[in-house]
Amino acid sequence: MSQRKRSKGLGCSQLLDGEDDSIPTQVERRSQEQLNQKVSELVQFLLVKDQKKIPIKRADILKNIIREYRDAYSEIIRRADRTLQEVFGLQLVEIDAKRHIYVLINNLPCAEGEQLCRDKEKEKMGLLLVILSFIFMKGNSVKDSALWEFLHLLRVYPGKQHSVFGDVRKLVAEEFVRQKATPAAPRPVAPGVPHGVRATLDSPQNTPVHPKTCGEGSPPALCRYLETTAIPLTDPPEFKYQWGPRAEKETSKKDVLNFVAKMQGKDPKFWASQYSEANKATT
Amino acid sequence: MAAQMTDAHRRFLQALMSNGITEGSEAKKLHQHCCETDKVYYAHDKLDDFISTINSHLQPLFMQIRKGISEDDGRAHYAVVNLAETEVTKMASDYTESELELFRKTMDLIILSENGFASSTDILNLADQLKTKKMKKKEAEQVLKVFVEDKWLSEKNGEYTLHTRCIIEMEQYILSNYQDVARKCNICHSLAIQSQGCESCGIGMHLPCVRKYFRGQTEPRCPECNEFWSCDTPGVSRMGSQT
Repeated sequence: MSQRKRSKGLGCSQLLDGEDDSIPTQVERRSQEQLNQKVSELVQFLLVKDQKKIPIKRADILKNIIREYRDAYSEIIRRADRTLQEVFGLQLVEIDAKRHIYVLINNLPCAEGEQLCRDKEKEKMGLLLVILSFIFMKGNSVKDSALWEFLHLLRVYPGKQHSVFGDVRKLVAEEFVRQKATPAAPRPVAPGVPHGVRATLDSPQNTPVHPKTCGEGSPPALCRYLETTAIPLTDPPEFKYQWGPRAEKETSKKDVLNFVAKMQGKDPKFWASQYSEANKATT
Repeated sequence: MAAQMTDAHRRFLQALMSNGITEGSEAKKLHQHCCETDKVYYAHDKLDDFISTINSHLQPLFMQIRKGISEDDGRAHYAVVNLAETEVTKMASDYTESELELFRKTMDLIILSENGFASSTDILNLADQLKTKKMKKKEAEQVLKVFVEDKWLSEKNGEYTLHTRCIIEMEQYILSNYQDVARKCNICHSLAIQSQGCESCGIGMHLPCVRKYFRGQTEPRCPECNEFWSCDTPGVSRMGSQT
């Protein structure tokens, strides 16, 4: 049995010549067809998870897609990333190297007047951008209390239900920071990547999986844009807010400074230290 | 050898995926916008070629941009569909088991109906017969609203039918699983959910197809059995009598 597999692999490796520079030996044990199938599955999996703005854990990828092809994991990931870039203009990026968490970022330069986010999330992204700007302009770190004072000026109060954002304290402290394990009723997302309603109709016995990929059940999340750490030696304990790993990847200090400058009708150079920091970051 | 993907193609694909379903003239505008933004050669009548290029790259991923015709107004719509039904697409479901069961039963009602519509009352009556988890009528109403928002169903005067997006994505599934019941339009040979039928021989046609086929004919006759077409043909003036 294994001999048959091996010869099939060796036969197919001829096709790889000219396509890849080096062929890892473990790849030969799997036929090209099988690998391509896994790559396709992974690409679809990533697109679906990304549509819901849920960062993807490596553990989920291994359990749901890779399975017994663990030895070819890095090859499959590499090819999936390449496919995503070539076909969709998206890139697979690891935002947490310790816990191995990925997101897809958009490689395409943003066009004028393009709708970046779906309507339901546009407002949240707007608030997020304002918060990120505030943090940057204040020297990359602000105290919890300072942030809320600032938001007061925008008539956003932590204790009060906001007509658009709802529970703002929860949005800022939880959703923007990390996903929380809330047993919220799964809410169908706006139309996006075709999903498998049809496929689940085929097998009524199978339990359709809710979007609980990371073990949590919250609606489309905008997590890891902010990071909060406790300030030592404070009583009662105070927290500070900084940019999270996702903010670092998806936007830049330069963009944020330009946004602030535009809002205030000034030249970005007006803020000398932020300007030099922003430019240093881009080189 | 298929043409290369450019950023314009990628941008177009991203937009289509994010829209869920895109109407024909919007797609044309999008095509132009993408070519202009990414400085790619633009020819206004080459949308099909543009899409073919994308499709040739989507094919190995078992995905495709598919064009479907709306049963209401006959206009073309585009959607990105999954062709494979692997475990991945199953996991992509956004609905609970009971919601899916309600959808399945609603789809049964729609396909088995004469006119392609299921009344709100009939659907809500199913709600407390669900095997997975009984649903109260209020809850079922909410779920139906969500299905309409997500463009799986469309609603008219308290009656529900399948949205164009649903038909585009599920055509193969419906034709194979409802083989004996699902109708195919005699003119365009695609799945017909809403249709008019010949009283004599039973063939069916989409309403927009009926309009096109009988345009200018004073005595509409069934293309299959040649009997007088008894249904109201919209936009066609009638003269003469039956044979």
